[in-house]
Amino acid sequence: MSLLEIRNLKKHFPVGEGWFSRGKGAVKAVDGVDLTIEEGETLGLVGESGCGKSTLGRTILRLIEPTSGEINFLGKNLLSLSQRDLRTARRDMQIIFQDPYASLNPRMRVGDIVGEGLEIHKLAKGKAKRDRVMELLHQVGLRDDHYDRYPHEFSGGQRQRIGIARALAVNPKFIVCDEPVSSLDVSIQAQIINLLQELQEKLRLTYLFISHDLRVVEHISHRVAIMYLGKVVEIAKSDTIYRDAKHPYTRALLSAVPIPDMSKKKERVVLEGDVPSPVNPPPGCTFHPRCAYREAACSQTVPPLEFSADGHGVSCHVFGPGKRP
Amino acid sequence: MKAEAALASTAPARSHSPWRNYWRQFRQNGLGLCGFAISALITALAIFAPVIAPYDPIQVNADKIFEARSWSHWLGTDELGRDFLSRLIHGARISFFVGIVAVAFKTVVGTFIGLVTGYFEGVVDSLLMRCLDVLYAFPRTLLALLILAVVGPSIPALIFVIGLGGIPQFARIVRGAVLSAKQNEYIVAARSLGATSTRILWRYLLPNVLAPILILSSLSLARAITAEAGLSFLGLGVDPTLPTWGGMLRAGSPYLRLHPHLAVFPGLLIMLAVLGFNAMGDAIRDILDPRMLNRVRGGRTT
Repeated sequence: MSLLEIRNLKKHFPVGEGWFSRGKGAVKAVDGVDLTIEEGETLGLVGESGCGKSTLGRTILRLIEPTSGEINFLGKNLLSLSQRDLRTARRDMQIIFQDPYASLNPRMRVGDIVGEGLEIHKLAKGKAKRDRVMELLHQVGLRDDHYDRYPHEFSGGQRQRIGIARALAVNPKFIVCDEPVSSLDVSIQAQIINLLQELQEKLRLTYLFISHDLRVVEHISHRVAIMYLGKVVEIAKSDTIYRDAKHPYTRALLSAVPIPDMSKKKERVVLEGDVPSPVNPPPGCTFHPRCAYREAACSQTVPPLEFSADGHGVSCHVFGPGKRP
Repeated sequence: MKAEAALASTAPARSHSPWRNYWRQFRQNGLGLCGFAISALITALAIFAPVIAPYDPIQVNADKIFEARSWSHWLGTDELGRDFLSRLIHGARISFFVGIVAVAFKTVVGTFIGLVTGYFEGVVDSLLMRCLDVLYAFPRTLLALLILAVVGPSIPALIFVIGLGGIPQFARIVRGAVLSAKQNEYIVAARSLGATSTRILWRYLLPNVLAPILILSSLSLARAITAEAGLSFLGLGVDPTLPTWGGMLRAGSPYLRLHPHLAVFPGLLIMLAVLGFNAMGDAIRDILDPRMLNRVRGGRTT
């Protein structure tokens, strides 16, 4: 059985609701997503800003309450849990944030930040807690004497390590990495990525790795899901996506990745227009107004995410499995 | 190696809480320090009044009415022959006690309402805040007069009345601070660790809104002292035999032409106390204000 199974997950944020005005609609940040994540794998989640990838990550952890859908995690439906049971369940699922400056409480010492989970779940106290925190600090490459410092005394990369140690404290099985390296320098990015991979091997962690950086995702992920306007449009093994992308949106995204080799000329697919508003997404395939290959059906019906035999899923009327090559 | 050793030796000294920085800045703020000194002096006066005051402040001496300054009575005596200096010193006590308790009352209640409404939002928030709006719209003095007229003047009533008017202000400011503080990602991090709402409110949000609370309560202490003085002046304060600055101002005012010091000294003390607490409050605000903080931080990192 998979570690995590998401069925038709939706999160709509109401817009313009007030006491005297009726709702004017909703931002469909996540609009019917199906995903499965196997134990020990890293699923990369890619998309432009505003496509709902962070919302999806947080909705899976119920940090944002979903509008509808189903989340099965370790055989339990997370959405049926009471607040109390949910707090207990949080031991198994954690999150690492994008901005290491905003995600650490400036008024708490590093030792207290990392030890917070131990205290909340009453896992360790006093000396045992201190020892465990020290162990965690070592695990993420920090030193003993960092224990009593405050977050403002650290660099971005070190702060991100503190955030990782905090997430690891409760021995989670699953971690949502919400753009964990996007705000770091490239040299530091590599360190953090390596640390995450090392920890995954050692602790058998499962990651949902959210990013808009395709190269980073290619490096760390086993499988990659591409999101557009609240929907997953393509999902496949990492090398398949990069070698044999089907969906026109995926191909456009990939063509935008710079290649550090001047001799290689490549075909650049430039999309016309902007991302449509998620309040009023286009009918049918949400990508069709910008798609160069659109057909009549595209503006009529929503293409389902269909899988080929090797687990390559595409949501497209034109390039879906069993259609055009 | 050498650099590492240097780093290691400076490391422990660099590890300090933000509050120590604030104190360092406070020491450099001249006016704030003055205010702090005045406030401390008045606090000491209030606490040690029975030890400092040379006479019993309510002891009436019919044969010593309106006595001039002398070595035995440094500031003379009042219209009932009571030692004026002793009354002034004891006056600090009641004015101060009423002020402090009233401020504590509105701080605690206002902060609690602000925290709860800001954190949970929703229906409770709307209802409570609208009730406080009504309270806020009422002129404070009128409200105080109304309540004191009904329940009669007494120290607890005075404290309640002075504190009540300030609750909406506290609740609004704390609510606003909570609304912005709870957007911080470390609050989401705490929730994802499984922290309860109580823990988040107590351990994360309260320390975050402590700065505005501290500023507001130090500023409103001055206001509470004037409110007490004003109500006592109108005869709605405490028992007139007990010395309070407002009450003494009222008692001394008929004799303003012949014995001006009877009204002037309590007035001066009220002014000094208000000035002191305001200066201290201003200094605290300058230091804790996030924009100031950024300026200082920016200065340090470059």
